[in-house]
Amino acid sequence: MNVPEDLAYTREHEWARRKGSRVVVGITDFAQDQLGDVVYVELPAVGDEVKRGESFGVVESTKAVSELFAPVSGTVVEVNDPLVEAPEAVNEDPYEEGWMIVIEPSEPRQLEDLLTSAAYAGLLAEQD
Amino acid sequence: MSNPTGWKPSVGASPSAAAGAAGAGEPPGLGGAAPGLAHEEPLLFEHGSRGRCGVSLPAPVGPAPAAEIPAALLRGPIDGLPELSELEVVRHFTRLSTWNHGIDTGLYPLGSCTMKYNPRSSEAFARLPGFAGLHPLAPATHVQGALELMYRLERALSEIAGMSATSLSPAAGAHGELTGLMVIRAWHQSRGNPRRKVLIPDTAHGTNPASAALNGYTCVELASGPDGRLHPETVAAAMDEDVAAIMVTNPNTLGIFESHIAEIAAIVHGRGGLVYGDGANMNALLGVARPGDLGFDVIQYNLHKTFATPHGGGGPGAGPVAVTGALAPFLPLPMVVEDGPGFRLVTDPAERPGSVGKIHGFWGNFGMFVRAWAYLRELGPEGLRATAELAVLNAAYVRAGLSGAYHLPYPTDSLHEVVFDDQAQKAAGITTMDVAKRLIDHGFHPPTIYFPLVVHGALMIEPTETESKEALDAFIGAMRAIADEARTDPDRLRAAPLRAFRSRLDETRAARRPVLRWTPGMQAG
Repeated sequence: MNVPEDLAYTREHEWARRKGSRVVVGITDFAQDQLGDVVYVELPAVGDEVKRGESFGVVESTKAVSELFAPVSGTVVEVNDPLVEAPEAVNEDPYEEGWMIVIEPSEPRQLEDLLTSAAYAGLLAEQD
Repeated sequence: MSNPTGWKPSVGASPSAAAGAAGAGEPPGLGGAAPGLAHEEPLLFEHGSRGRCGVSLPAPVGPAPAAEIPAALLRGPIDGLPELSELEVVRHFTRLSTWNHGIDTGLYPLGSCTMKYNPRSSEAFARLPGFAGLHPLAPATHVQGALELMYRLERALSEIAGMSATSLSPAAGAHGELTGLMVIRAWHQSRGNPRRKVLIPDTAHGTNPASAALNGYTCVELASGPDGRLHPETVAAAMDEDVAAIMVTNPNTLGIFESHIAEIAAIVHGRGGLVYGDGANMNALLGVARPGDLGFDVIQYNLHKTFATPHGGGGPGAGPVAVTGALAPFLPLPMVVEDGPGFRLVTDPAERPGSVGKIHGFWGNFGMFVRAWAYLRELGPEGLRATAELAVLNAAYVRAGLSGAYHLPYPTDSLHEVVFDDQAQKAAGITTMDVAKRLIDHGFHPPTIYFPLVVHGALMIEPTETESKEALDAFIGAMRAIADEARTDPDRLRAAPLRAFRSRLDETRAARRPVLRWTPGMQAG
């Protein structure tokens, strides 16, 4: 399972990448593999507030509907709108094309509370 | 001599079938499934011929209705509507029906759905002209029999739930949830504060958070313990004066009885909250335990699950809501009450000022009340209790029969349904989806899969009380044969169903690029 070293992770299988002062968010390779074929993604609108650990959207696969949890609190400044038409990008390229939202964090220090790639890989090993 | 050669049709596997579809050369499935003659069937739009008509109507006489309607509201002729004879329509739907699987065809162990067999007697009673032909606006004096039936059903459902009063109005289980939460909100409101939150365990049906959200509540998810049960300390940690209610399904969607329910109810009541029971799994408790005695304040029934009214097909259904005395004044209208020697409908909000109002047209789905009442009277108290006991026994029998072949993620004792997963098949690369598809080849409907969400690759089996031991043995045999096949011939499993009229469909493409509208000249594929 691909767990890039330069990202931070939640226990709920979201990843977070620093981009200047902002944070790009998506779901991990493990998450997309567990979900199976993603058929629908529901994302917030630019300008919406998100709170750490709370739901910011929904991802639906042929198996199940799952909530997406924000890794940090802040304001949504970008949304990957093409996912609505092409949700398969979440399966095919979860760390690049399949990104979901960009957050302008209100408390940037929250990033430090996220899991490192090693800790996240350890979590996956436990689940297997 | 009618058959001079002595030729007999073979009832075994036909050698010529090898030339047919994949799977046709196999012996019959353990549920009896065998190859049969099925018909391809085009859409209605692709049938018929211009000007063909199913019925001959006389030419209209008198003023033309169109002349009475303003021109702006009139629609022009529509080109391309199907034009078919009656026989073409009958064949179309009959052929489509042969592609289907229903409880009348075979075992249908869809967990959490309680696909029990509905006795034909209930149908017969619902079709009695005095019930079926009843007009909902007929005066109460003309419909005393119907009102008495509703009154007695309301009393019986209240008694079975251990509650004080029941509204028959809601049209289905989720509508019952919505109504129950409206009643909860109205009760809190009457005390000055509707509160903001509803607690919901992670094993809940998806309709629970939806019903809470529709009533303006924020949902707080509670994690169930490693034994699959909700634990009092989890509830205590989440409970505060802002929580309006907790929603608990008991037994829960793992089929496990929430044995801490009394303690949980005390914690919620202690902080001024109410306990909502999702009655989806009442089939496990009928006549054995009463939700009212367990500490619930509200519970909805699903008559189509527990009291054998028709199931699926989009309704009409009925989801009566039973409540304690404290909540009874808030129930929707109409309610049927005794009135001297007869019965009457309470419809005037002035008589019930606390009522949340009307939530369904007329009296609710009356035909379902007749079916449920017939079922209740046919079984009686002992029969109802036996229903729950047999439902639990059948599920326990399947659980024991499949142990060793499938992994049980929660070994805690379960009641009317049991949840396995695909851990034991993982090494062979076989998933729950493959197992479910292969069951179709045997002639069984697959169980509920990938639910509840707390189990990865869940296979949720609910045989119900109406299946015989022989039917359960055949189902267990098929499941075990599939587990063997996962080791010996996994590719065959991944290709299943081989015997079905349509093989494995592209569910991903159907969800991503659904084709919902026919247009002239469109091609399949």
